[in-house]
Amino acid sequence: MTEARDPAHTPAAREPMVVITGLNKHFGELHVLRDINLTIGKGEVVVVLGPSGSGKSTLCRTINRLEPFETGSITIDGVPLPDEGKSLAQLRADVGMVFQSFNLFAHKTILENITLGPMKVRKKSKAEAEKDAMALLERVGVTAQANKYPAQLSGGQQQRVAIARALAMRPKVMLFDEPTSALDPEMVNEVLEVMTELAQSGMTMIVITHEMGFARRAANRVVFMADGQIVETGTPDTFFSNPTSHRAQDFLGKILSH
Amino acid sequence: MGELFSQYNVLGAFGITIVLTVLSALGALVIGTVVAIMRVSPVGFLNKLGALYVNLVRNTPLTLIIVFCNIGFIVNLGMSVSDDFARNNLVWATIGLAFYHAAFVCEALRSGVNTVPAGQAEAARSIGLTFGQSLREVLLPQAFRGAITPLGNTLIALTKNTTVATAIGVAEVAGLMKTMQEDRPDLMVPIFLVVAIGFVILTLPIGLVTTHLSQKLAVKR
Repeated sequence: MTEARDPAHTPAAREPMVVITGLNKHFGELHVLRDINLTIGKGEVVVVLGPSGSGKSTLCRTINRLEPFETGSITIDGVPLPDEGKSLAQLRADVGMVFQSFNLFAHKTILENITLGPMKVRKKSKAEAEKDAMALLERVGVTAQANKYPAQLSGGQQQRVAIARALAMRPKVMLFDEPTSALDPEMVNEVLEVMTELAQSGMTMIVITHEMGFARRAANRVVFMADGQIVETGTPDTFFSNPTSHRAQDFLGKILSH
Repeated sequence: MGELFSQYNVLGAFGITIVLTVLSALGALVIGTVVAIMRVSPVGFLNKLGALYVNLVRNTPLTLIIVFCNIGFIVNLGMSVSDDFARNNLVWATIGLAFYHAAFVCEALRSGVNTVPAGQAEAARSIGLTFGQSLREVLLPQAFRGAITPLGNTLIALTKNTTVATAIGVAEVAGLMKTMQEDRPDLMVPIFLVVAIGFVILTLPIGLVTTHLSQKLAVKR
C-alpha cells in the first residue's frame, strides 16, 4: 500500500474515486465555482491551493453536499451525489470530513464522539465501536484523553480526534478543509504527521491547506485555484519549481518569500 | 392564620395547583419541542406552520384559551373526557395551559438552538447522520442545555398562570382564595399572605434549581 505515493503514477492510470464535471455555484451574484472539472483517483492525494476567496473551501464542501450547487455533477466511487435525504446521509458516511474548527460534539466525550457514527449509521454494537475507536485513538496518539470532553483538549489533540472520528466510518475518501489553519503553530506538525501517515496508508485525500511542506511531502498532485476556477494542476515538484500560470507564480512568490 | 388552614383545605388547593403545573409543564415540553423541531426543520411548510402556531397562541390571552377549552370543547363540541365535572375541567385546563405554554417552550428551545454553532450540525451530517439523528444526538441535547434558564422562566410563569384555571371552576388556589375572601373579609391580610407565600415557596426553588443546572450542565466550548 505504501508505494501509492509515487508521483509518476499519473491520475489517468488510477481508477476514479471522485469525479467532478462542469460544476457551477453562485453565492447570490458571486460566481464562486466556475465550470470545475476534476477527477481524483483511488488512493490519490490532491492538495488544493489558492488565495482566500478562490473557492477552494466551497469546492471541498460541495463534494459531500454541505454546500448545494447549481449545475454539473459529482460522483463518488461511481455514485452520483443524491439530493437531501437518507441516500445523501448514506453517501456522506463514505466521505470523511475534517473541518478547520474541529467541530467535535461539545457535549460528548472523545470516545462518544468517535463511536456515534459507527453505532448510529453503521449499526455497530457499542463494544465493537469502542474497540475500533480506541484503536483509532491509539493511531492518532490521544488514548489518554478518551473520557475527557473536547474543550479539555488542546487544538492539536482535538483535530487529531476529528480525524479519528472521520476514519471510524471507514470512508472511501477524506476531505480536509484547512485542517491546520486554526491551530497554534506548535500544534500544526502533530496534525500534519497524522495526515502524512494517512496518505502513506493509501487513503484517497483532498486537502485544502496552506502548508506547502505537506503538499511537497504527501501530495500526488497539486491543484491551484483562483477566482473560482482551476488555474493549474501538476505534481508538487513541477508546480513549486515551474508554475506556468501568472496567477500561480504570483501566489507562490507571495507565500514562499517569507 | 391557623383558622384558615383548619377551616379550608388550603393544602389540597395547592395540591391541585401543583398537579396542574406538573402535568401542563410536561405537555408544554412535548408540544413545544415538536413545534421547535418544525421551526428549525429544512421544510418550508413546517417552518411556516410552526411560526403560525407560536404567533397565534402566544398573542392570545390565556383566559380566552382556558374559557374556550370549557365553552368550546366541553359545552359546544361535547368533548368530555370524564363524567366527573371537576375532573373534566381539570383535564381541559391542563390541555389549555400546555398548548399555551408550548409556544413559549418552543421559543426558549429555539434560543437554545442558536447557542449551538453551525459546525456541530455540519459535523453531524458529515458522518452520515440523518436530519432526525442529528437533531436527537447533537442539536437538541445541546439546545436543551442552552435553554435551561429561559425554560425555567417559562415554568415559573406557568406555575402562576395556573390561577387562570379558576375561570372554569378548577379548585386550585386562586379559586379557594376568592371563596376565603368572600367568607372571611376580616382575614383579608392573612389570606393574601398565605397565597403569596405559597407561590413563592413553589416558584423560588425553580429559579434556584434552573440557575444551578444551567451552570452545571453548560456545554463547554
